[in-house]
Amino acid sequence: MSEIVFRGVTKTFRLPKGGDFLAIDTTDLRIEEREFVAIVGPSGCGKTTLMRMAAGLEFPSTGSVEVGGRAVRGPGPERAVVFQQFALMPWKSVRENIGFGLMCKGTPRAEAEAAIAHYVELMGLAGHEDSFPHQLSGGMQQRVAIARAYVMNPAALLMDEPFGALDAQTRIVMQEELVRLARRNPRTVLFITHSVEEAVYLADRVVVMGRKPGRIIETIDIRPLRESEAWESQPIEEVMDRPSFTQMRSRIWKLLKAREAQNA
Amino acid sequence: MANRNFLGPAGTVLGVVEFWLLTLAGFTLFFGGWMLVAWSGLMPANLLPSPLAVWETLVRLWNQPFAGHVYAEHLTASIGRFLMGWAIAVAIGIPLGLLMGWYRILDEIITPLFDSIRFVAPLAWVPLAALWFGTGIGGPLLIIFVGSFAPCLISAYRGARLVEPRLVEAAQTMGASGRRIIQHVLVPGAMPSIISGLRVSAGLGWQSLVGSELIVVGAGLGYLMVQGQGNLATNIVIAGMVGIGVVGFAIDVALRGVEAWFKRRWGQT
Repeated sequence: MSEIVFRGVTKTFRLPKGGDFLAIDTTDLRIEEREFVAIVGPSGCGKTTLMRMAAGLEFPSTGSVEVGGRAVRGPGPERAVVFQQFALMPWKSVRENIGFGLMCKGTPRAEAEAAIAHYVELMGLAGHEDSFPHQLSGGMQQRVAIARAYVMNPAALLMDEPFGALDAQTRIVMQEELVRLARRNPRTVLFITHSVEEAVYLADRVVVMGRKPGRIIETIDIRPLRESEAWESQPIEEVMDRPSFTQMRSRIWKLLKAREAQNA
Repeated sequence: MANRNFLGPAGTVLGVVEFWLLTLAGFTLFFGGWMLVAWSGLMPANLLPSPLAVWETLVRLWNQPFAGHVYAEHLTASIGRFLMGWAIAVAIGIPLGLLMGWYRILDEIITPLFDSIRFVAPLAWVPLAALWFGTGIGGPLLIIFVGSFAPCLISAYRGARLVEPRLVEAAQTMGASGRRIIQHVLVPGAMPSIISGLRVSAGLGWQSLVGSELIVVGAGLGYLMVQGQGNLATNIVIAGMVGIGVVGFAIDVALRGVEAWFKRRWGQT
């Protein structure tokens, strides 16, 4: 069991000048086991805060967050996180970075080595095992960060704009690879992004959030469309050119714009 | 210190040859001026011996014992004393600084105390050290310790505070315990700061050495100089200063090398 459940979650921040700021208004969201959910929204809508709550790096002001039926009380290896700025340890090699969580878990050496080798191969990192992060491109560094998350065999994967720091070409490649990886190793995934395209392409369901205060505007199921058109058997650029894809994209854009217009 | 701007727009970088030529020019000016003053007779030779006279004194001290020992023995006595005092400062200051950077409560307890003591200069500890330890090894060690402790503690503390919070969070999400986070994130993350702290603390510790050796009977560069002063032998005093300068410079160059190596390895230039 690894569903992620937000129940009546709010988040208030105390302002330095005094007074409170409501970052997230009452939010309910349920991500089913092995479901890939992407949250899109403008900066300041609280999407990253939601992910950090599931990770146990922040806590709701009211309401509760549960993963696999258990209340989140802090970070833990069964909920792996991929950060936007990679967050690799610069003093550890690729192999050591990927293996760090396994070492903390006390995985036997041979078993850990095999798991590391598997994800090194899968993420196209072969030959770079002994490199240090600063010797790799941004795309390669994020592959390491993704391998580091998957190797823990987590119940839930939490990704905070993992491709946000990459250039457009690398981003496309990584999106395609993530789809491949996610289909081979289905997990419960909470994926944060500000790219509508990315959300529609990757996710089973897209959650659209607005700001002031942060709340869910709408949730859209992409699965019927993707399955009927068999997106996975086509290259990413062709999928993104399909009328159904562009219609879905503009539908979400309109939702976001309408919400912003209300605020203005 | 290299690669500074030289009479040009920002970004102008000196070549290696120019750098060494200018360095040489500085030394030439300094020693040239010294020789001129010494030979002109503006100052009596017993107060300002010429560089050549100092060199001859150095050679003589190297071969014949003065104040009970030859120069190399004074040198090694000083270096040994320095290494001991500095090692104690490093062994206490670095771990304490790291722990203060990690545990808020330790920070709150120690910082105000530390801030109020650290402005008492190492030399101001000499009388106390003499009272406590007499002429034993403890006095000089205390003074060198006082001289080098603060930068050890401060650099480790700052280093630990400046470690990217993202990295600590990442380690936590991978299930790392507090001990593992200190060992694998905090210590290596603080390392560049620790190493520059080591460099500063070694310099300050070495500078405190002479002060510490004012209360030592036996051997050491400071002792040699005090004895030289007692004998009105200016050239011996200056010969001692030369030794202090050269060793201090060598320590700095060595630690600068370590610093550069770490930066290269971790790509943090």
